[in-house]
Amino acid sequence: MTIERADIEKLAELARIEINEATIAETTQSIADVLALVDQLQAADTEGVEPMAHPTDAIQRLRTDEVTETNHREDFQAIAPATEAGLYLVPKVID
Amino acid sequence: MHDKTIAEIIVGLDAGDFTSVEITQHYLRRIQALDSTYNSFITVNEASALAQAEAADKRRAEGNAPVFCGVPIAHKDIFCTNGIRTSCGSKMLDNFVPPYDATVVENFANAGAVILGKTNMDEFAMGSSNETSFYGPVKNPWNTNTVPGGSSGGSAAAVAAHLAPGATATDTGGSIRQPAALCGITGLKPTYGRVSRWGMIAFASSLDQGGPMARTAEDCALMLNVMASFDPKDSTSIDREVPDYTANLNQSLKGLKIGIPKEYFEEGLNLGTEQAVRDALAELEKQGATLVSISLPHTKLAVPAYYVIAPAEASANLSRFDGVRYGHRCEDPKDLRDMYMRTRAEGFGDEVKRRILVGAYCLSAGYYDAYYRKAQQVRRLIKQDFVDAFEQVDVIMGPTSPSPAFEFGAKGNDPVAMYLEDIYTIATNLAGLPGMSVPCGFVDNKPVGLQIIGDYFDESRMLNVAHQFQQTTDWHKQAPEDIEVGGIE
Repeated sequence: MTIERADIEKLAELARIEINEATIAETTQSIADVLALVDQLQAADTEGVEPMAHPTDAIQRLRTDEVTETNHREDFQAIAPATEAGLYLVPKVID
Repeated sequence: MHDKTIAEIIVGLDAGDFTSVEITQHYLRRIQALDSTYNSFITVNEASALAQAEAADKRRAEGNAPVFCGVPIAHKDIFCTNGIRTSCGSKMLDNFVPPYDATVVENFANAGAVILGKTNMDEFAMGSSNETSFYGPVKNPWNTNTVPGGSSGGSAAAVAAHLAPGATATDTGGSIRQPAALCGITGLKPTYGRVSRWGMIAFASSLDQGGPMARTAEDCALMLNVMASFDPKDSTSIDREVPDYTANLNQSLKGLKIGIPKEYFEEGLNLGTEQAVRDALAELEKQGATLVSISLPHTKLAVPAYYVIAPAEASANLSRFDGVRYGHRCEDPKDLRDMYMRTRAEGFGDEVKRRILVGAYCLSAGYYDAYYRKAQQVRRLIKQDFVDAFEQVDVIMGPTSPSPAFEFGAKGNDPVAMYLEDIYTIATNLAGLPGMSVPCGFVDNKPVGLQIIGDYFDESRMLNVAHQFQQTTDWHKQAPEDIEVGGIE
């Protein structure tokens, strides 16, 4: 499978990472190299093999619906880039 | 004093030969004097290490202190430490001071351990040479022109240079075992789910596992006794009793069956490394173990499967770094999209960006089945190889890495060459099995590691084997020449 500059631009948009114009050719090449490596998987015979998401096939543990955490909003917001009145500030989204 | 193992420090503290304050001061002075050479620490905990040591001495004086009380260690900078900056080796978290402790950190605090500082690492644990750290590469204490391995290169170098008697680390594809091998120390990656991942900054959640690095297997056992726990806060933590990992160290190896996978001794393995590993196996035979030839037929597919699964999980995990709640935010964003795009472009390094993009590709519409689903199927085949092998043998052994430490920049422009550095370690992460690296010789004065892979939750047996090996060999007692400094005895 070949990957081109336009694919990298689309991925960068999906991943929300601005890609520098000067390095996009190099980025495209190195990602193509990685994908060539992973393409070796296509040769494997996996007919009927169940995909494995967890090493010991453990299932999600459930707990009783009880409040166990206390409020740490001030601690958490003390390290935020911008807050006001207990809210996180971001650039204006809606005019 | 810095020649002492953790076991010896515990004996010394018990006997009153020295205090925790004295040994903590000693290590802080050594870090001060030597770490400008090795760059193994990102943050030194001068501020509170001595207060922790004083508290530990007081607790010991009062009696009934835990075994580990007063022992100084370092934490990899991936474990959140309340009030101590936790960078994960990234500009993205250069200003991040967590408001809470990781469970591993809390376990050590409860045991009375002293935190010397936070160790350097590849950015977000993505790398095998420590060259991707925002804080600059760590130098291998055995040869400062060579890499210490990665991603836990700071923890490995700190232990090898005797700047800490032990350090915590994490292993997603070999990040404990490969640097342990390259720096000539002992490291253990436990079974997936044995050590809590809570507060350990996530890279690939189905593969990440914390573990100890130290100079001996006995010290790793002492550290694992503290680290391992069932943690309700980690949904993948396994609810299973934690044994005393020191209990079986002295068992004889008579009758032990060691599986030798032929795939781990094929083309690409350095001849000196192979010789050191074969000599180690012969030593274990002398102790009564039997070598059994086995095959792990899907070995070659482990690296390709890993480089789908790990980037896919990383692309999801690292989406949380958006400049909103903590960490880096770009200057003067003009709108929300601009803030995300520039914050992430500025905060992440090249390797991290590459993996996020690869992960996004493998998960994107139209490619999911061809890549992610396929890799998860191959993952089961790899696991089944091991399950079949453990029907015949007790442990599996081979080299930890294909060659000893390489020079800085040697693989810098070729990500695929770097990825192949973990060819012998990655399969155990995919299978979720425990693995260790133990020093077993040198090639051109560079350390070589013997890898020991155990069955699920069989850490005690691996530690037993490693400890017995260390009773009749002295590779783990070797130290680099340049780590002594005048005036600090």
